[in-house]
Amino acid sequence: MIHIVDYDAGNQTSVKRALDHLGVASVITSDSEELVRAERIVFPGVGHAHSALETLRKRGLDDALISAADRGTPILGICVGCQILLSDSEETDLPCLDLIGGRCLRFRPDDDAMKVPHMGWNALRVDRAHPVLRHVRPGDEVYFVHSYYPAPGDDRDVLARSRYGVEFAAVIGRRNMVAAQFHVEKSGPVGLKILGEFARWDGKPC
Amino acid sequence: MLSKRLISCLDVRDGRLVKSVRFVNTKDIGDPVSAARRYYEAGLDELVFYDITASSDQRGIMLDVVEEVARQVFIPFSVGGGLRSVDDCRRVLEAGAEKINLNTAAVGNPGVISEAADAFGVQAVVLSMDIRAAGSGSLPSGYEIVTHGGRRATGMDALEWARRGEALGAGEIVVNSIDADGTLEGYELKLTRMIADNVGIPVIASGGGGRPEHLYDALTEGGADAALVASMLHYGRYSVDSIKQHLHDRGLKIRITN
Repeated sequence: MIHIVDYDAGNQTSVKRALDHLGVASVITSDSEELVRAERIVFPGVGHAHSALETLRKRGLDDALISAADRGTPILGICVGCQILLSDSEETDLPCLDLIGGRCLRFRPDDDAMKVPHMGWNALRVDRAHPVLRHVRPGDEVYFVHSYYPAPGDDRDVLARSRYGVEFAAVIGRRNMVAAQFHVEKSGPVGLKILGEFARWDGKPC
Repeated sequence: MLSKRLISCLDVRDGRLVKSVRFVNTKDIGDPVSAARRYYEAGLDELVFYDITASSDQRGIMLDVVEEVARQVFIPFSVGGGLRSVDDCRRVLEAGAEKINLNTAAVGNPGVISEAADAFGVQAVVLSMDIRAAGSGSLPSGYEIVTHGGRRATGMDALEWARRGEALGAGEIVVNSIDADGTLEGYELKLTRMIADNVGIPVIASGGGGRPEHLYDALTEGGADAALVASMLHYGRYSVDSIKQHLHDRGLKIRITN
């Protein structure tokens, strides 16, 4: 059973539908105690890190996520749910969860033709083998919508990269946590395979 | 680098897929959910559903369509037509759409763009503009915004409206040429380029796509980030694959799935 964190992030229903389609049982919850005991967690997200963090705190879900991460629960972050796993973000003065060291930076393209947000399909390049990414082939594209991107302090936490003016971390991970900056639930068959592998993942990096 | 997007537009009336030529004489061409699924499986990048249901008491049918599409299709899609308020938009997004398309309602009440952007984020708000060439010298850009499927002139300058839409919080703009729509003779490149050069958000070319070459022109000469097609796909003249292969072979960055 996968628990999907409900903090009015917007895409929890889409994540649930994708899991339903894969035949994976899931439940959407905003109950922090339930989350601490969860077998597996998807931490979705759309929109702003600041308001996301405020809602998480208000519901006590920030501490629940940290406890679950410490217990070894496999966690998949998506988009803002990925960004919040880092230490902090240029988008907000609020500290993030600091489960993976590093910060979130804003795209600042030199070229006017490069629009922000970075929105659309872009290619993934897997740099570090990981069970959740085992079906990603070179050149596979996934769907992004974001103005900020994760920049882990330790290069070993970057699992896959994408390029938009700069090279940026598209998938990050440490221990039992893996997180995608793109929308796994809207990335067609490639995204569904990543979700499917996460549903089977034992939480060990390799 | 971002890929150029191939988007298909599905016009839906009373829960059925129709193809309108210049917005009149609509023809029933099938079930929107199975069409959406077929295009998704073929590797389409994005979908737009336009609800042209005439009577407001039938609008619930569209929400059922949106929900069913969201259960079967795992690419982004937007919904437009008949959305007048933030509450209307919320219902569509909660049913499973990523984006809402604002058109006539935004012309009458531009504030709905900023209200929707505040509520759901700019990435969720698409400003769809129906545009036709204005009489010579009557408007600065030479193009006018029209509503009600092209039947009603507004006197608004198309370029000015695009800039204002961006300032209000639209995250993308659909440039739909009423003059080219349904002709299958190519997109209105001059118009598309003018808008694309003057806004900082993605532009989607719409109206007139009949052959893969037309998409290539819209995505290069027209400066568009994405191109919208309807009849080309709906009547089976071209497949998602054949269109994408054409664009790919000519050097555009395109998502190839097969």
